[in-house]
Amino acid sequence: MMRSSLGSPTRLLRKGWAMAGARYAVILIVALGAYALVLLIAGKDPIQAYADTFSFTLGSRYGFSEVLVRMIPLLLTAIAVALPSRLGLINVGGEGQLYMGAWLATWGAITFTSLPQAAFIPLLIVLGFLGGGAWASVAGFFRARGLVNETITTLLMNYIAPLIVGFFVYGPWRSREMGASAFPQSAAFPSAARLPQFLGTRVHLGLILALVALVAFWFVLDRTKWGLKMKAIGGNPEAARRLGIRLGVYILVAMFVAGGIAGLAGMAEVASLHGRLRAGFSPGYGFVGFLISWMTGGSPVGILIMSFVLAIVFSVGSLLQITQGVPFAAINVLMAIILFVVLARPRLALSTFGRKS
Amino acid sequence: MNWVLIRGVISGTIMYGTPLLYATLGEVVGQRAGMVNLGLEGILLIGASVGFAVSVVTGNSWLGVAAAGAGGAVFNLIYAYLVVNRRANQLASGLTVMFFGMGVSAMLGRAFVGEGIKGLTRYQIPGIASFSWATKTLFSYDLLVYLGIPVALLVWWFVFRTRWGLNVRAVGENPSAAFAAGRRVAWLKYQAVLVCGFLGGIAGAHLSVALARTWTEGMTGGRGFIAVALVIFSKWHPLRAIAGALLFGGAVTFQLQLQAQGSSISPFVLNMIPYAVTLGVLLIWGGARRFAAPAGLGRVYHGEE
Amino acid sequence: MPPSQDVTTAAHGAHIGPAPPLLQMSGITKRFPNVLANDSVDFDLYAGEVHALLGENGAGKSTLMKILYGFYSADAGTIALNGDEVRIESPFDARKLRIGMVFQTFTSIPAMTVSENIALYLPDLPFAIDSKQVAKRIEHFSGQYHLTVDPHCAVRDLSIGDQQKVEVLKLLLGNARILIFDEATRVLAPHEIDGLFRIFEKLRENGFAIVFITHKMREVLACADRITVMKGGRVAGSIGREAATEDALIHFMFGDAVPRGLRVSGEAHPAEGPPLLELRQVSTRGEGLTTRLQRIDLEIHAGEIVGIAGVSGNGQREMGDVILGLLRCASGKRLLGGADATAWSPGRIRASGVGYVPEDPLGMAAVPGMTIAQNAALGGIETYARSGGFAIDWRLVKRDVAASFDALSFDALAPAIPMRTLSGGQLQRAILARELGRSPRLLVASYPTRGLDVHSAISARRVLSELRDSGGGVLLISEDLDELCSLSDRLMVLHAGRIVGDFLPHEIDRHRIGHLMTGSGGDDA
Repeated sequence: MMRSSLGSPTRLLRKGWAMAGARYAVILIVALGAYALVLLIAGKDPIQAYADTFSFTLGSRYGFSEVLVRMIPLLLTAIAVALPSRLGLINVGGEGQLYMGAWLATWGAITFTSLPQAAFIPLLIVLGFLGGGAWASVAGFFRARGLVNETITTLLMNYIAPLIVGFFVYGPWRSREMGASAFPQSAAFPSAARLPQFLGTRVHLGLILALVALVAFWFVLDRTKWGLKMKAIGGNPEAARRLGIRLGVYILVAMFVAGGIAGLAGMAEVASLHGRLRAGFSPGYGFVGFLISWMTGGSPVGILIMSFVLAIVFSVGSLLQITQGVPFAAINVLMAIILFVVLARPRLALSTFGRKS
Repeated sequence: MNWVLIRGVISGTIMYGTPLLYATLGEVVGQRAGMVNLGLEGILLIGASVGFAVSVVTGNSWLGVAAAGAGGAVFNLIYAYLVVNRRANQLASGLTVMFFGMGVSAMLGRAFVGEGIKGLTRYQIPGIASFSWATKTLFSYDLLVYLGIPVALLVWWFVFRTRWGLNVRAVGENPSAAFAAGRRVAWLKYQAVLVCGFLGGIAGAHLSVALARTWTEGMTGGRGFIAVALVIFSKWHPLRAIAGALLFGGAVTFQLQLQAQGSSISPFVLNMIPYAVTLGVLLIWGGARRFAAPAGLGRVYHGEE
Repeated sequence: MPPSQDVTTAAHGAHIGPAPPLLQMSGITKRFPNVLANDSVDFDLYAGEVHALLGENGAGKSTLMKILYGFYSADAGTIALNGDEVRIESPFDARKLRIGMVFQTFTSIPAMTVSENIALYLPDLPFAIDSKQVAKRIEHFSGQYHLTVDPHCAVRDLSIGDQQKVEVLKLLLGNARILIFDEATRVLAPHEIDGLFRIFEKLRENGFAIVFITHKMREVLACADRITVMKGGRVAGSIGREAATEDALIHFMFGDAVPRGLRVSGEAHPAEGPPLLELRQVSTRGEGLTTRLQRIDLEIHAGEIVGIAGVSGNGQREMGDVILGLLRCASGKRLLGGADATAWSPGRIRASGVGYVPEDPLGMAAVPGMTIAQNAALGGIETYARSGGFAIDWRLVKRDVAASFDALSFDALAPAIPMRTLSGGQLQRAILARELGRSPRLLVASYPTRGLDVHSAISARRVLSELRDSGGGVLLISEDLDELCSLSDRLMVLHAGRIVGDFLPHEIDRHRIGHLMTGSGGDDA
């Protein structure tokens, strides 16, 4: 009896998860090993770097909470890629959508300064979602009309969004405070506009948002009729069209929602961690989210696991930058290696949940 | 309208359009063989960093350019391997090369940040010397610029008038048909990818060695993606790519000139111009051009059995 | 240039004496994951003969020849040319051995010109291409063998018959002497088929050896010197021209289990009331490669099957699409059951009781990665959605799947099987079950039996006939004139996007229809 569209009895499912787990482990080991090699060639000490990272992140309460903090934007940007991927769309614009969500939320925060927190939080959520969603809708619209592939559009728009943020941060929103940091930034958010943090750590409300988004993503795709239609579009758009499914509408909505989720990531970063908008505040969360989605084949459980793991790995990057002077952009090499391993071993890397390659 | 501005715009258009031209030509060859390579941005970065590094180390800028071309070609093999041997999704494979390029170029270029070089010598067209100094500056470019149009012509001739080009185009339109005609599909795809990488490497080198004469992390600023968009604009034709490159070069120059002239428009907004222009181009021409694309573009070829 | 005459031949290919055949394939075996396509097959060929390979779809004829052409590699067996054993590992090798093949799906590149396409096949093409030279060489052959085409025309602008000529020219200019034709007549009108056989004559006279693969008995009786029948991957029998009769061939093909009802005869019961479908002066815009429909008038009443005959590419696909709402009417009206449906979306048209069985079920009607049940649910998602769309009643889906198979007397298939693992016949049955399970009033069937084995084809035709008998209407688009003639209550002919003929069953004249299909009034050159 088929309870869900996964279409396999529980025993097979558990075996599928074991296989998936093994697959992720292999990918990570190979990737980390290759990256260690790259570091060695560059004259750095990978063992020390990895050891430092693991002891910090897994060895202390604070370190662990920092991993969770890192994980939040990764979860959200990964969903932002995974959702459209079910329709066969490739959304590489997480970065730009994230910035625009942060931008619109900042506007709300510094405009409606006198709102109480109970009103601010929903407002920020809505604005963050709208900002990213509207940004992604441009690409969705072009694609729905058959004009341009969304991959190119979102990539190009990734360059424009930080410029918009930069313009506002250096311009109309520039903070005039005395003793402010050397780098231009926006005025501080009123305290009511800050997302609450938990248990004395920096882990914030964004985690709840991310988990809710993850569950909703799984539920809609696995159980609802809209999810079935979306998977049909991803599986065979021509057949979907002939079955009466309106491709354009679904493409547009999927991109809007995906962008909105990425926008929430941006909003959460600025509203809770920084408390103000800064230019270039994202170290590439959008791209890492893309990577996570591809590694896991867009599976919700996989995304949860891998966001956690990559949050740890991401810390390697910052550590290397501080301790060994490796430019942060070098983490791109690690991401490239992971993506390469995923793509080069299609049988291992494809999700067991049947997504087409 | 002042003469200085016009002169600056014209020469800037040609100078800044040149790397775009080489990059677009490379991508045209690759797409004619059926492969979309979003990793062009990574190739450009490799070309820029390798070109600059070799120029500094050897003191010979042309050696740097050559190394950049070779480096770009070799680097693109990653893409070729994923797409041809592993039959992976082309867009994702391209992004892999993009990430690789971003990371490797940053690591490689780190040691050379802040260095400066003389760059490529600029020559004037013989006979110009007799004109006023204003016109002299207008026609003073390095060899890569002058070679731009001849290279475009060469690419056109190769693609449309030779047996090699016929084979490559057949592979891009219908690999099964090419195979049925006895062509070695995989080998031809590799060749096209190598050409794309070579031209992309040269394009990157021109940016760092000839134009900026320095290296900064991420200095290509998305030109690779713009080149991919320009391929659509040029209807996959090497000669029309010239127009596309000039269009983009013009956009970049225009905003640079405005900044240099002390315009009150924020530099952030000005920097947006090239991307906005590219998006506009795609919006206007993207739909209609669909039918001019090689029929097999973007499809994974699974072989016959 | 014609192949050398060093092999002993007679004028009509009957081999003389113990001279070795030009080609000898022995013990060829080929296994695919699900099926044994060739089981120890022997096949030989002499110069100057037409040797036909006859058998139903799936019998292994195509596979055998693809092995000869190097497309596949045999698991066992040998190939010998003029007595010498050869290894053929790719089409490259085959062409070097002067073997050429005209495929079912043409291997020409539509966007390129005739000249460029043929140049691709020239073994001695110089690095810098001289197109005038190529054109001259083409003209040399086209005159000699009734193969005239314009070298500078893009292939996509040619008629199908002309495209096939390009295929043959490719082989001749590539210096082939063994020519293999795989189902070459599928896309041709009757008089074009005659033209093809005349080309065979000419080639045979000049010493070429021709292998002609088909499943149509009438054709092999018309043109072949020798006929080899294949069945289930094995050679069922071989027979010469003199001894060949329809009965003998049927015996080889089916043994004693001759399928009944190769011709389906139902009776038309056109009902009263507004027609199920009416197209009034409908025209569409042609974009890119689609054909433009021009002022189509069409009516389908309840209880009738309307057949559409035409050469592929003349607007049949567009006709089906415009009825389903996938193509917009640039002008004219589309009425369903009397209501003006011109502006309806495909979803609404579908919901109003229109079903669709396409020619390529896996490509156009099903999501390959999904199961039968999921595809069935997609077929009528609104009936299975619960709680406003937040849940799907899978139990009901599975019940309906079983019921729909049962109602059509199809063997049941487990609902959890992914669609992509089904065979061609099973796929078609699954789609038929899904569409008919919704009790449609009108069914658009587009090449429903293409590529199916005989039994699947017969049951598909039976299903359509039963739908008609129970008061439904069917639009049947097909390239198989036999099928159209036997099923249609009315037969219309489509050419270049226009309806050029309208026949009742007793008025049907195949040759006249053939000419209408190709838009020619007289004999094909």
